[in-house]
Amino acid sequence: MAEAKPRIGVFVCHCGKNIAGTVDVAGLAEKASRLPGVVYATHYQYMCADPGQALLQRALKEHRLNGVVVAACSPSMHEETFRRAAAAAGLNPYLLEIANIREQVSWVHSGPKATEKALRVVRAMVEKVRANRPLKPAELGVTRKALVVGGGIAGIQAALDIANAGFEVILVEKSPSIGGHMAQLSETFPTLDCSQCILTPKMVELARHPKIRLLAYSEVEEVTGFVGNYRVRIRKKPTYVDPAKCNLCGECAKVCPVRVPNEFDRGLSQRAAIYIPFPQAIPASYTLDERNCLGIVPLRCGKCAEVCEPKAIDFDMREELLEEEVGAVVLATGYELYPKEAMAEYGYGTIPDVIDGLEFERLLSAGGPTRGEVRRPSDGQVPKEVVFIQCSGSRDPEHHKPYCSKICCMYTAKHALLFRHAVPAGKAYVFYIDIRAGGKDYEEFVNRAMADERILYIRGKVAKVFQEGRKVVVWGVDTLTGKRVEVRADLVVLAQAMVPSPGTAELARKLRIACGAEGFLREAHPKLRPLEALSPGIFLAGAAQGPKDIPEAVAQASGTAAKVVALLSQPKLEHAPEVAEVQEELCSGCGICAPQCPYGAITVDDVAHVNEILCEGCGTCAAACPSGAMSFRNVADAQVLAMVRAALEGEGVGI
Amino acid sequence: MWEFEPRIVAFLCRWCASAGADLAGTSRLQYPPNAVPIRVNCSGRVEPQWVVEALVAGADGVLIGGCHPGDCHYVAGNYKTRRRVHLLRKVLTEMGIEPQRVRLEWVSATEGARFAQVMADFVEDLKKLGPLHDGGRGCPR
Repeated sequence: MAEAKPRIGVFVCHCGKNIAGTVDVAGLAEKASRLPGVVYATHYQYMCADPGQALLQRALKEHRLNGVVVAACSPSMHEETFRRAAAAAGLNPYLLEIANIREQVSWVHSGPKATEKALRVVRAMVEKVRANRPLKPAELGVTRKALVVGGGIAGIQAALDIANAGFEVILVEKSPSIGGHMAQLSETFPTLDCSQCILTPKMVELARHPKIRLLAYSEVEEVTGFVGNYRVRIRKKPTYVDPAKCNLCGECAKVCPVRVPNEFDRGLSQRAAIYIPFPQAIPASYTLDERNCLGIVPLRCGKCAEVCEPKAIDFDMREELLEEEVGAVVLATGYELYPKEAMAEYGYGTIPDVIDGLEFERLLSAGGPTRGEVRRPSDGQVPKEVVFIQCSGSRDPEHHKPYCSKICCMYTAKHALLFRHAVPAGKAYVFYIDIRAGGKDYEEFVNRAMADERILYIRGKVAKVFQEGRKVVVWGVDTLTGKRVEVRADLVVLAQAMVPSPGTAELARKLRIACGAEGFLREAHPKLRPLEALSPGIFLAGAAQGPKDIPEAVAQASGTAAKVVALLSQPKLEHAPEVAEVQEELCSGCGICAPQCPYGAITVDDVAHVNEILCEGCGTCAAACPSGAMSFRNVADAQVLAMVRAALEGEGVGI
Repeated sequence: MWEFEPRIVAFLCRWCASAGADLAGTSRLQYPPNAVPIRVNCSGRVEPQWVVEALVAGADGVLIGGCHPGDCHYVAGNYKTRRRVHLLRKVLTEMGIEPQRVRLEWVSATEGARFAQVMADFVEDLKKLGPLHDGGRGCPR
């Protein structure tokens, strides 16, 4: 429009009485009609309604308008509505702007000053439109493949759903097997399904899926590119065992002389340096852990290779760097429990019979270190009295984490019930602050635990936990009776806070997305866009975004998969054209702009160049440019200065 | 009696400050109408020169509204703004212009009440400072 003579139309909306009750809309339209460049101005009751849009479209044609200002509600409400209507009538949508005279004028001011401010706002917007240029969104292709990071239940579900929709998926898992924490659980609340029994069929389905490529024992090294067009570098660590040859006979682990704590059993058992995390692991293969193996360099042990009948062990296996192209990334990196050293006041990490919830899961699990018999770590005895402490590290802003970890009320009730099944003569004590059992059949489940006469719920916090002889003494307060409570327990189980899994922050940095204050991945909008990160093309699933139980993680993963499928199904992607641009004749190539850009969108050779697709449109580069060469489409310096002058000019009613 | 009403230009970022101003509207919070808002994508887009030119063109004060530290939609635009405004205030002081005439405020999209308060406070403070353009005080005109 900059070249053609401006023919601007101004449309003042009454919004019923919302605007017209405060602002003199007829007077405003009349004054607007006399502004430079304006050839037509009118006012109408509801511009956003069908007749209002039709009025706009008619006027566009009748008055051959080449720019429009709609003075109405906030642009966040109807900018898109009006731009679409204008585009349908043949106007480039970027030549239409909204002057916000409702939220920022009529609803917050009164009297003649409101009308005067509305005029200033409209005048400034007319100046902007006078200098706006028609823009066209950039188009880009889509790589129809997704990357899922994390092989817990959320990652598995997302990968399966995307693959079942017909798109290829690469699933990267950093540990030797997929399954995540769900594989460690004994039974799941509130139905007491065996966790493995409902999880492992999904793991097998994933492993056999023709559209899914599973990269276990691998990590995302680097991500470059943008929505629809990411390049990912994946570091695949050597397992030194060929999964195609390994027949899971287990002879290698029997002869291995090394014993280290078994991570899958949370250190409650030991494993060899060559191991399979659990019998149902996927990929179904042993892994040689090079940090603990005696034989890799220099070759001085090699006992496992000697006994390996199918010759699956290969000491010459090396790390691989794989390059992949994907269109979307799903982050399902999950959670970890608040670490031992952080919970010293409950004796965690120093008293052997103080354990966390996942350790207790392993004690309950039929495949666990005690074959499902509850035996305490210190002496292998069956505990008679067990204290469960909820909110251990959660809901404690002074010392630990301020948030509720959400799942602990439920799993503690489950632990208490399962303990009673395992040790019928045993007694359980549950210290709690509140019971939060919001979820289908959850309240009923907790009530079942509370109704058990040998499970005692005590409302109050624990002050101290200490060892006395073979007992672990728990001091607390029952806030309902106001009395001090002492329990001489055999085992204490802490419902530790959920925290983001280690490496979450680093991964977020690699993807240039945000984490919240507590380190969980930040969604684009807490209510309306909970499945996406703010950067387009990056999606979230499961507890990496915030504490979640299994049904929620699965539901979010399926929702995320639908978002990914919607993205990957687009024939072309559009990218908003309101971005930075370089006037090359002014640019000296000084390069001040490039480090300002958080998206790496600027490259500098003789002059600066903006990658239009990478640019998200913040404009901080333009603000930094000393020569004015870096500009911003439709927010150019001259344009803003014209707006400022229009906003300030003239005598006002007391302003 | 004539009462001085300061003129203000408010550069508001789209994601936080302008959304906060919208919320003040949705909540029907009244505040003085002295500022004309100009919405930009990010407070990081605001050039110090815009602020100077606004003061030259007749503004008694300029407000820049951005997201709270750590909340910037564009990762760190607000930190850059903070540095730029800090330097700009020093320059303005050298020119004999009170640095308080340039105000940088963090207003989130949920802080409608805070936006209204910021506006009321700024107008109040500028009234105490008096007009920038009354001549003879070493001001730009």
